[in-house]
Amino acid sequence: MDGIHDLGGQSGHSTLGYHRNEPVFKDRWEATVFTMVRASAQAGAYTNIDQFRHAVERIDPKAYLEHGYYGRWLGAVETLFVEAGILTTAEITERAAQLGAGPDDLIAARPSRTKIQATGIPAKRNPVGDPPWFKVGDPVHTVQASPLGHTRLPGYARNKEGLITACQGLWPYPDLRAHGHGEQSQYLYTVTFNSLDLGFSEAFELNLDLFEPYLSLIETIL
Amino acid sequence: MSDQPSPQSLRTEAIETLLIEKKLLTSEAIDTVLTTFSEQVGPMNGAKLVARAWVDQSFKARLLEDATTIVQEYGFEGGQVDKLIVKACSESVHHVVVCTLCSCYPWAVLGLPPRWYKDPGYRSRIVREPRKVLTEMGLTLPETTSIKVWDSSAEIRYLVLPLRPAGTEDLDETALAELITRDAMIGVAAIEPPS
Repeated sequence: MDGIHDLGGQSGHSTLGYHRNEPVFKDRWEATVFTMVRASAQAGAYTNIDQFRHAVERIDPKAYLEHGYYGRWLGAVETLFVEAGILTTAEITERAAQLGAGPDDLIAARPSRTKIQATGIPAKRNPVGDPPWFKVGDPVHTVQASPLGHTRLPGYARNKEGLITACQGLWPYPDLRAHGHGEQSQYLYTVTFNSLDLGFSEAFELNLDLFEPYLSLIETIL
Repeated sequence: MSDQPSPQSLRTEAIETLLIEKKLLTSEAIDTVLTTFSEQVGPMNGAKLVARAWVDQSFKARLLEDATTIVQEYGFEGGQVDKLIVKACSESVHHVVVCTLCSCYPWAVLGLPPRWYKDPGYRSRIVREPRKVLTEMGLTLPETTSIKVWDSSAEIRYLVLPLRPAGTEDLDETALAELITRDAMIGVAAIEPPS
């Protein structure tokens, strides 16, 4: 999905906030959220990392920017617990109010009331048992797509040209696995881009690990 | 600054207490996470690999060829390294790692990621203007050094093998490991020679 999480290349986020030393967890609640995410997996609220990442992407976009990493995880884990029917938004809000939360506090979680039908970028084939479609050195074009579901093709690398520099074998396909369609493994490639071809003004090399359905071969005429 | 708990900490506590009542979470599990990721899992694991690669050329060759197997041999806990690829810096090439879509990071060798790695500034800018960002972070690369950025968009994780600084010829592996920082293994800092 297109959203606030797809930060690569975006303007406006100038502050780096770089510190050389900081504690692993700033407050205990951050470690609590980390542990709750593990507990939610054990309780069956999510079954794979792609489903969890998609829950993070679906939280309130303002909270995404303002609540920090564990605030984003908090929104995701609440979303997953509510969607799994293990907790309700009402009981969490009631408990939070008892603990001193204000009625206007921004809640990051955005649980869906209905089963989400969307997926990421569709797969073109089931490649298990077959060789990879591309080989090292192939020039490829990435798709122009804005799927409503989860994808791992960043916005800045859509509709761009790069070069296959490694084949990384078969991996579960996030665009389908995030939506409960099983592993649906696809070939994964390292694709190398020239930053100038991505529209950036500074010259460097950029590498992404991209799945076969994101790519098409650029036919070269010799 | 006020001592009022943040809305996030209150909502966390609300969910925490509900989960404890439903026997889906324990306080002990939270303590274990705090201890594990503060003491056992961290950049000291990655530093061991880097220090050994600096003193042992055949180990370095294996590390660049198949770091995943080496991490399994060392038995590092923490996860997030289904496949680990190590990229070695040279005088002519510098490597730097990011995850623009979330905050993917090789937990087993570096621990949990620092705040800046997960925040919008680094994630948005390092794929657009890495030389400028690195300079702001205190790493000014020579114009003749080219930059390769690795955006961890799938399950492969990346670790940077930094350059060994001059003046460390007499140091053994243990002393070298103490010089190696998390930030150098992400690719946003150089290793400082011993003072």
